[in-house]
Amino acid sequence: MSAGAEPLSLRLKVWRQDDEGSDGRFEKYDLAGISADASFLEMLDLLNERLTLEGKEPVAFESDCREGICGTCGLMINGRAHGPQQGTATCQLHMRQFSDSAEITVEPWRAAAFPVIRDLVVDRSAFDEIITAGGYISINTGAAPDANLTPIPKEAAEASFDAAACIGCGACVAACPNSAAQLFTSAKLQHLNLLPQGQAERWARTEAMVEKMEEYFGSCTNHGECSVACPKDISIDFIAWTNRDYIKAKFNNRKLLGGR
Amino acid sequence: MPFSADVAFPPSHKSPSAETRLTLTAHKKPPDSNRRRIPLPWPLSIYQSAVGKKWVMAITGIALLGFVLAHMIGNLHIYEGPIETHEYAEALRDLGGDVVPRTWLLWAMRSGLIFAFVLHIHSAFSLTRLSRAADERYRGGRNYIAANYASRTMRWTGPIVGLFLVYHLADLTWGHFNPDYVRGDPYHNVSASLSNLPVAIWYIVANVALAVHIYHGAWSIFQSLGINSPRFNRLRRGFAGLFSAVILVGNLSFPVLTQAGVIDDGGDSRVGEASSAPANLVSQTALAEQPVE
Repeated sequence: MSAGAEPLSLRLKVWRQDDEGSDGRFEKYDLAGISADASFLEMLDLLNERLTLEGKEPVAFESDCREGICGTCGLMINGRAHGPQQGTATCQLHMRQFSDSAEITVEPWRAAAFPVIRDLVVDRSAFDEIITAGGYISINTGAAPDANLTPIPKEAAEASFDAAACIGCGACVAACPNSAAQLFTSAKLQHLNLLPQGQAERWARTEAMVEKMEEYFGSCTNHGECSVACPKDISIDFIAWTNRDYIKAKFNNRKLLGGR
Repeated sequence: MPFSADVAFPPSHKSPSAETRLTLTAHKKPPDSNRRRIPLPWPLSIYQSAVGKKWVMAITGIALLGFVLAHMIGNLHIYEGPIETHEYAEALRDLGGDVVPRTWLLWAMRSGLIFAFVLHIHSAFSLTRLSRAADERYRGGRNYIAANYASRTMRWTGPIVGLFLVYHLADLTWGHFNPDYVRGDPYHNVSASLSNLPVAIWYIVANVALAVHIYHGAWSIFQSLGINSPRFNRLRRGFAGLFSAVILVGNLSFPVLTQAGVIDDGGDSRVGEASSAPANLVSQTALAEQPVE
């Protein structure tokens, strides 16, 4: 389909905002001759090239690897996080997903914890705060351990890997009607909690990360929007496991640490 | 057009300030954490967390589901007739009669339900506030894929059911809205209330809201409590659908069949008649002597 596809004419409705404090607005741009093989970000590059040549301020958006593994890009495209194609990041979305003369609305992620810095760029530092609270394992780094020294059931390894696929793009928060960060937090918790190496700090980690999350984000109401928005198709099963781990942590941490 | 580096920014686009430029390259300070709380002693501290509140919401939800199911099944006694319905109501008041005084066990269950209801509403209310504070609206609109009608209307169906509950108690327990109310004759009261078309419609609307609420809630319980396993995950939706369908059909049968004339005592309280007439039912003498509640 892609090889012979006709170039597209598009009308873009892009959110423009000068900085965090100022009011934003939509601006409309008509683009013609966009290749159906262009990625969504390449289409925005073309727009920015034109804006620059016209002496206008280009649209600020984030991107890095452009192959769906870094989690930097992320846009609300026609009301869907990362656009109409499921299981891909914005950079992996191609213009062939849109019909000719389509109007495309592009907005930044919206959540109180993700303030808009400029145009389509938001500050996702709240995610860093959650990771800092416990999204790691503390080990003495010495010589690399022997392979297979720690036996891990295949199912656990695979479930852990599914969670570890999270690239931290923020689409789950963006898509959630409650701006809850349950999918991100549970993915970052469970990829450690499911493995033997993650057991030592399991309960402290669970309690700390969940409570840090609740300082910034809303509460999960089990819609499941996060999972369908996720470019890595991370399942809401991890949220359920985190809910269980959190209550266990509240009992275990009390027993172990005498804490609240 | 040749590219020139020294293009001037048009007035509609402010050049980013020095501060803004900095934030684009350096890490901004994180948003202020908006919910610092005074820690309460364990186990109340669990309820201070949103995940803990979801647990409470789920557990109270189970209690309320149990009540709704038992209430619906118990009310099916109405299809046996006025006397049987009255005896069922009396049996509820006599629950545990050998051990505790009359109506004590009933009141214990009622207290439990009121407590569950209060916690269910409080957790829902405070979690909604949390989410409202965390959420920002999309100016260009939203497109929902996974969220269904039931999950997105929980905050509407819940209050509708709550309002209905107050009305329902005032109507059939306290008798405020019904001039024909006869204390202790549920069959007569149901017939008198639900034969009124607007009342019947209100019952139907509220019970549809209840079923929609249960459709999401009964599934949501499993997620909130972390009851999640590949063995039974695909059954969870089915359970919620079946549960809400059973409740819907059972509860809607009362207003619909009253309107259809199946539940109808012709405006006379049979319990009153039966208790004054020579009884052919064992419980009739007891019925006349015992004060209702």
